[in-house]
Amino acid sequence: MILAALIGVLAGIASGLLGIGGGILFVPALTILLGLHQVEAEATSLLAIVPVAIVGSWRQRAYGNLRIGDAGVIGALSVVGVLAGVALANALPERVLRIGFALLLLNMARQLVQRGVASRRARLAQLPPRAAD
Amino acid sequence: MGAALDPRTLKLAAIGTAGGLFSGLFGVGGGSVIVPLLLLWLAYPERAAAATSLGAIVVIAAFATVTQGLYGNVDVAAGMLVGIPAVGGVVIGTWLQQRIPADAISLAFAGLLVVAAIRLVLA
Repeated sequence: MILAALIGVLAGIASGLLGIGGGILFVPALTILLGLHQVEAEATSLLAIVPVAIVGSWRQRAYGNLRIGDAGVIGALSVVGVLAGVALANALPERVLRIGFALLLLNMARQLVQRGVASRRARLAQLPPRAAD
Repeated sequence: MGAALDPRTLKLAAIGTAGGLFSGLFGVGGGSVIVPLLLLWLAYPERAAAATSLGAIVVIAAFATVTQGLYGNVDVAAGMLVGIPAVGGVVIGTWLQQRIPADAISLAFAGLLVVAAIRLVLA
């Protein structure tokens, strides 16, 4: 129980710090650390995403960034995709689903490296020339 | 009828379907599909795309949770135990982001994701 809460806090910190979604962190944490099957970890991750997304979009609304009408239409018209995606996740063998998720993780890692390198360059370019000391 | 077929609504429907498929299949929000499509098809500014995607994810993840629940896959206790503390974590992470250079962390985290990917496949 404590481990689950710790996973939540750490995944949340990483998510806020790096600007990446919670699910990509919840799923591997739930399978590797809590030993859930891949499809159970995915299902449980979806539930965990709901409070994070509610609070996040509520704050974004305060900043005036949320176009709530479009968000509602996208959400409402996602039903067919959701049903197909969940059916597929339940039909595919555990191994195939894990390999698919691993590819997702590798793609996110690639994006983080690109972003990390770009922001490092930007930061170093901004530093004033170092005085001899 | 005419309103349902206007190109903008069709684009939103396609974005919802693609995001929903990705979310249901992988147990993620679907933001990595929704955000680029909002930027590309509807000329959203970046912040509005991220925020609107998050709003759509509330609905998408709720639908997907209920659907997975019907298959009997949702561990409700674990989901709450992970999700509610995560809200606090996001607040801390966002606060930290303003104060520390994120580049080293991005690179370190990329390494961690690669390790997780290997563990998932080898387990």
